[in-house]
Amino acid sequence: MTITDDTAGIGSRMLRKEDGALVTGEAKFVDDIHSPGELWMGMVRSTAAHARIVSIDVSAAQDMPGVEAVHTGAELAAMELWVAPLPCAWPVTDDMANPPHWPVAPETVHHVGEIVAVVLADSRYAAADAVEHVIVEYESLAAVASIDQAVADTEHAHTDLGTNKAYTWAIDEDPEGTQAAFDAAAHSVVCRFEQQRLIPAAMEPRGVLALPSPMGGDVTLYSASQVPHILKVMAAATTGIPEQKIRVVAPAVGGGFGAKLNINPDEILAISLANRLGRPVRWTESRTEAAGSTHQGRGQTQHIELASDSDGRLTAIRVKLDADMGAYMMLITPGVPLLGSFLYHGVYETPKFSFTCEGWFTNRTPTDAYRGAGRPEASYAIERAMDMLSYEVGISPEEIRRRNYINGGEPFEMWENPAGIFFDSGHYLPTLDRALDMADVAGLRAEQQRRRDAGEVKQLGIGMCTYVEICGLAPSRALGGLKYAAGGWEHATVRLLPTGKVEVVSGSTPHGQGHETSWSQIIATKMGISPHDVTVLHSDTAISPLGLDTYGSRSLAVGGVAISMAAEKVIEKARLIAAHQFEAAPEDVEFEAGSFSVAGTPSKSVHIQELGFVAFAAHDLPDGLEPNLQEQVSFDPPNFAFPFGTHVAVVEIDEDTGGVDLIGYFAVDDCGNQVNPLIVEGQVHGGVVQGAAQALYEVAVYDDQANIANPSLMDYLVPSAAEMPSITTDFTCTPSTTNPLGVKGVGEAGTIGSAAAVINAVVDALRPHGITDIDMPATPMRVRRAIEAARGGAS
Amino acid sequence: MIPAAFDYVRAGSVEEALAALAEHGDDAKLMAGGHSLIPLMRYRLVTPGVVVDVGNLNGDLRGISVADGTVRVGALTRHSELEHSAELADACPMLAHVASMVGDPAVRHRGTLGGSLAHADPASDLPAAVLALGATLVARGPGGEREIAAADFFTGFLESVLADDEMLTEIRLPVSGGGWNYQKFNRRAQDWAIVGVAVAENAKGVSLVNMGSTPMRATAVEQAVAAGASAVDAAALAADNASPPSDLNGDAEYRGHLARVLTERALKAAGIA
Amino acid sequence: MPANAVRIRLSVNGRSHDLEVEPRTLLVHALRDEIGLTGTNIGCDSSSCGACTILVDGQSAKSCTMLAVQAEGCDITTIEGLADTTDGDGLHPMQQAFHECHGLQCGYCTPGMILASVSLLEEYPDLDEPGVRVGLEGNLCRCTGYHNIVKAVLSAAGKEA
Repeated sequence: MTITDDTAGIGSRMLRKEDGALVTGEAKFVDDIHSPGELWMGMVRSTAAHARIVSIDVSAAQDMPGVEAVHTGAELAAMELWVAPLPCAWPVTDDMANPPHWPVAPETVHHVGEIVAVVLADSRYAAADAVEHVIVEYESLAAVASIDQAVADTEHAHTDLGTNKAYTWAIDEDPEGTQAAFDAAAHSVVCRFEQQRLIPAAMEPRGVLALPSPMGGDVTLYSASQVPHILKVMAAATTGIPEQKIRVVAPAVGGGFGAKLNINPDEILAISLANRLGRPVRWTESRTEAAGSTHQGRGQTQHIELASDSDGRLTAIRVKLDADMGAYMMLITPGVPLLGSFLYHGVYETPKFSFTCEGWFTNRTPTDAYRGAGRPEASYAIERAMDMLSYEVGISPEEIRRRNYINGGEPFEMWENPAGIFFDSGHYLPTLDRALDMADVAGLRAEQQRRRDAGEVKQLGIGMCTYVEICGLAPSRALGGLKYAAGGWEHATVRLLPTGKVEVVSGSTPHGQGHETSWSQIIATKMGISPHDVTVLHSDTAISPLGLDTYGSRSLAVGGVAISMAAEKVIEKARLIAAHQFEAAPEDVEFEAGSFSVAGTPSKSVHIQELGFVAFAAHDLPDGLEPNLQEQVSFDPPNFAFPFGTHVAVVEIDEDTGGVDLIGYFAVDDCGNQVNPLIVEGQVHGGVVQGAAQALYEVAVYDDQANIANPSLMDYLVPSAAEMPSITTDFTCTPSTTNPLGVKGVGEAGTIGSAAAVINAVVDALRPHGITDIDMPATPMRVRRAIEAARGGAS
Repeated sequence: MIPAAFDYVRAGSVEEALAALAEHGDDAKLMAGGHSLIPLMRYRLVTPGVVVDVGNLNGDLRGISVADGTVRVGALTRHSELEHSAELADACPMLAHVASMVGDPAVRHRGTLGGSLAHADPASDLPAAVLALGATLVARGPGGEREIAAADFFTGFLESVLADDEMLTEIRLPVSGGGWNYQKFNRRAQDWAIVGVAVAENAKGVSLVNMGSTPMRATAVEQAVAAGASAVDAAALAADNASPPSDLNGDAEYRGHLARVLTERALKAAGIA
Repeated sequence: MPANAVRIRLSVNGRSHDLEVEPRTLLVHALRDEIGLTGTNIGCDSSSCGACTILVDGQSAKSCTMLAVQAEGCDITTIEGLADTTDGDGLHPMQQAFHECHGLQCGYCTPGMILASVSLLEEYPDLDEPGVRVGLEGNLCRCTGYHNIVKAVLSAAGKEA
């Protein structure tokens, strides 16, 4: 590895410390780790979306070579491998319906892909063979295959509930006032948007390996998880194995995007079977299997209405969501739409705001968090609706935004939104101006007009989106108020070792974000040492026992801040030792660039790294001071953080084929202070493409029997480099007021901005046809059909 | 996803391969590069009892030669070899170009022309190309060698006139001059065509990808061009005899529309006014 | 081992390995599970994602779409052996470029992406940015949005993006 910068601290584009192991194949993902005597689980999955299990014949499978056992759901339940169903940590209302979700269906299946029996075999090939030979007979029940069917509520996804509705949740203090605003509106728009279901498709499929220690009674679970700490608590609650006997390790994890933050049947099966059998138990998901074995994202029908005065200034926003829970409530399934609830007014002031969300069960794979979780949906709805309002009012999309930005687009701090939460800081106008300038929107519009006048086949569209997101999850009290079961703090330990090196123990759980690098940079700046003298330990509950893991763009704004605060505590303790050495008062000892010195006597100085051994040897410490330099902090943020930005997308549409090419993308983001701009840019690039992929390529298609039609990457179109453009990025900096580092979060920002920007561009291109909306993904056929319909039906 | 178990025969010669095919009948599958067969086996959509691997039979079965107005391509010639062949670029540039549009580079390194033709996928690029180019396919079986016109080769979805005990050994194409073009429309570069159109030899040959259960000639277009029709008028006939599939990327009606649009583009690019 | 197992010799990263495998054993499983070279990853079932890309006789190939038995007699290079194919004792220039351009995040697609890129530049030495993008059509990444991957490949080709 070339080490390019030995002093890189906060703000430096330091190259990642993680890369060496990853570019050489040295990194170990779950499927890379093996243990002698391991048993492979093969999952027999339901081929029916909603059915009673009549019989399961395991005899042929049981007799196959390499097969140790085949267990049905009923048998596993009788073996008491679990004491509770899989957990839902976010019962959003007191009366929320939450039918039990067992790791293996005991009697009735509720979605295709639900496990009905488990094979244990001595190889992955033997397990795959045996699965094929388990014969399951089903008695079909009516399947609820879509949100519309769920809302119609005539057939029920869970027969014994008698309804598909899981809950109703609202922020609606003054519905009459909202209605009055609509009655008095000079302009209004009524929109219905489909947030199609998405398959998260982290490149590494999920996998587990549970290693028992039969004599000790302990069990270690390796899992491709974003949430080893939460998993440990939940595994204890679900299996009945005492929590202190469970260790969870997330080794190298190949992306998550929310899809690895759940408590999954395979994880519970592995840990419980390994514990019971005294043998290692493992499973690795296949990509095709993942459509039924890993939760999916989005899945909402959004109804959003805007009212404005004659100038296009908003007077009211009313939102009704129908959210598809899928077949079961998984860890935070019901809460995902609510994460967006506070943001349906976007970056705009509105006197009246009404929000209602109804959650519905369907017989499809459960939904849960997917990059942005609720917030891309909110941003999409308001930003698409604002464009539609701009058409109504007859002003440009940028002008409708300028007229409505919070505080007129000028800087603000602690602005109270209509839902009663406080935006920490914002300054929206510069991101819009910079994005328009960077993309040369004026020049693009001239070219767009030229092509329109010339009647060219390839037309241009320019779309924009100013988003705000809520991240830095989260103040624990706020989570409690929302009925989320856990807190939102993060834990860090900073340890100055005897040789002067530093160990950071973090409760954040990276899976591609580069925490080892960023956390080292924080220490470098705080403690005045080389980031290469820092090692970051994480993702193993035995090494990092306290943590709440990585999701919701929380790691830096909560976990990174905890590290910074723990480092400060180490420095303060070290200052006492330095003062003792200098025979000076601690308040006279200054700390600068890693060295302590006495004010006015620069010749007397000691580097903090030298004090590691002093504290370790403990031969001459101040009276009453404990040996060693190790401090810990659990940081509970006082507020969320609210990053924002403006994105501009440029598309070219072939009107004859309907093909849409994303040919340019310009992103101006503001995530407050940045620790590593290189990593920040990478997060924006990846997020933008994930949102653009939703806009143009991806949808999990279910047929009317709730079978998924495109589970493979051959048919589920994750785009490649060939379909995506270069992305031009720039940043403004409005520090957060929520934390001492002034940082916000950037893991989801790109995704939150891009789907709306891309579809706004597609619709912009099609506007001469009178087209004002198009569903996602804007496939060639869909675009071509819209043009044909606008022209009166002729091809 | 893992293939079901099978027995494996690595053929050391065409004769050995044919003997294995004769012995195992329709329980055997011939494998060249494996790039059509292995994905199907991983999904267990195909579960042969015996796989006869001819991938290592190089010699006459792999390579390109041009003589007496005929291009001879060994059936085991890989897509990337077609793509980069200077001889082919000269003698039959459309085939080289179409080969460069198949799958992705890694697929082109392993996939073979004979394998692609024998697989007879109507959504594949190369079957349509050899159809437009008026190729002759040479097959060997227990009774010796026979020549099959490309136009007679494809009989149904993933089906051809090739018998269970035959294998393709060579593809012969006339040295082709004149305007040509290949239009491939898909959503991702790596994907199969939603619709493709190959125009060869100033539209003497026009063929369609993914417009029916087999790769097919657009004879109405060929005839119209031969009779002097404009590209626009000829292209309007592109989907006339097609019965295209409906799938997630496009229904039959949209495919018909695409066939007309792409045919017009291909004809114009090939120099038909 | 089933009765139809066959003995094969695979040459991987310059070393010879004698294996006994079922004919159906995918090359990627032979590399990972039999030889223990776990740097080659599996991301799909359909030859779509390219995470399993290796070099076979110097050319990119998807090791999930080859049987181990097909690889007999070929020279295989996996990510673990890539650096050894160049002079010097550090990383291969493509590995170095991915590092310097921040062309990876979670790193799961990275071994396949790097090997596909090495092969791509070998096959098409004069690619510009659109050419690199199309050339990487068979390798999917979910983290980077490809921007810095393309930059890395161009940088390794001596063309600054």
